[in-house]
Amino acid sequence: MSEPDLEDLEIDLVLEALLRRYGYDFRHYTRATLKRRLEKRCQAAGLVHLSDMVPILLRDRDFVDLLLRDMSVVVTEMFRDPDFFRELRSKVVPQLRTWPYLKVWHAGCATGEELYSMAILLTEEGLYERSRLYATDFNSQALATAREGIYPLDRVEKFARNYRQSGGMASFSDYSMARYRSVMLKPELRKRVTFATHNLVTDGVFGDMNLIVCRNVLIYFDKVLQNRVLELFRDSLCHLGFLCLGNKETLEFSSVAADFEVIDREQRIYRKR
Amino acid sequence: MDSKTNPRTIRAIVMGVSAGGLHALQQILPHLPADFSLPVMVVQHRAAVGHGFLADYLNGKCAIAVKEASINEPLHAGCVYLAPADYHLLVENAETLALSIDPPVHYARPAIDVLFESAADIFRENLIAVVLTGANSDGSHGAMRVKELGGVVIVQDPATAEVATMPAATLRAVSVDHILPLEEIGPYLAGLHGSTHEPASS
Repeated sequence: MSEPDLEDLEIDLVLEALLRRYGYDFRHYTRATLKRRLEKRCQAAGLVHLSDMVPILLRDRDFVDLLLRDMSVVVTEMFRDPDFFRELRSKVVPQLRTWPYLKVWHAGCATGEELYSMAILLTEEGLYERSRLYATDFNSQALATAREGIYPLDRVEKFARNYRQSGGMASFSDYSMARYRSVMLKPELRKRVTFATHNLVTDGVFGDMNLIVCRNVLIYFDKVLQNRVLELFRDSLCHLGFLCLGNKETLEFSSVAADFEVIDREQRIYRKR
Repeated sequence: MDSKTNPRTIRAIVMGVSAGGLHALQQILPHLPADFSLPVMVVQHRAAVGHGFLADYLNGKCAIAVKEASINEPLHAGCVYLAPADYHLLVENAETLALSIDPPVHYARPAIDVLFESAADIFRENLIAVVLTGANSDGSHGAMRVKELGGVVIVQDPATAEVATMPAATLRAVSVDHILPLEEIGPYLAGLHGSTHEPASS
């Protein structure tokens, strides 16, 4: 057996252990990225082979948490892709105004940067008070970070620049407080947010949403899992509800393509028919 | 240079380029015919913004189709796939590409190492990796992986590179198969068309 084939077998063993011991199913994640993440964890733990992780993860819950963090935490930033937020303001917000009450779901919210971006946008558009935001991730550690809303100070410059480019109406500092080497987002931005553990791979419908945002999560899934998750989103949206995906993610060629209308092809904004 | 005595089937080409890349790609890609028999994956370091301008521009200049890779992009011969700005490009399997926004590698996203390493795992000895002009050392780890798994590594002659740092770094890291001046890289790759074997270098 060649080295890459052996490594492939080792990845299978790690995934099988995570599934059978803890119920986490990563078998439909894109393999190439999965491998890089596992290799990184392996090196950080001072292990030689990928399969050396198996006996550890079977018994050491702390190690499993680290691994889960590697798998779920997408390094993102506030107002990533400012053009997306611009189009959201101009094309989706006018429609959102027509509903008396709004339910917004950030699926796979990781550490919460985009969730707070949405809370700011809804505040500025005068919609926040009639909204309920649901922020979910399968990783409870990432969710805890999202709930805190505290980010390293060195990331704030980028956040503020993105915010301005996205059509922000105030100053980013109006929404945050600098403390020592970090910045904390104002608590009112999360007063209408419900944080919950939800696993897109294994959990079910999250009902009657007006807007679902799930950006740069599907890129890590294979075709089979993508379709399953997109069907879950379709079934969780209300009539004429909106779905926003990441810049390189598309409904084209998916099993739900016919169920949605394209609102903005470039920014991947769709509306359920 | 065991590749000469032991010809192999080439099934894919990966290319990495940084500073000076637009000029280099314009020198190379127009040599490839529309019905080129291999897929080509390219990482060009660039600013995190932009929506496919580079792909559209090169597509207009080349016979071979040039496009930005999308999620689960099917891998076809006769097409050049560019990594989108701010995304890593990876080879998922022999039929599919993948993207990720995992952290930058050596400050780069897309990173050449990420493409090369994933492509090496899938195509192994049937891969050609090309390192072009650039001002950093991205690509040298990837080139090591390509060599470990029996693939071919070609480096642009640093003397002909707009910025010599990147090809020089790869030359230090691995014993490469060919060092070619910029103007010979396109014709060399075009020479792979039809013959499924790696040609002996001139």
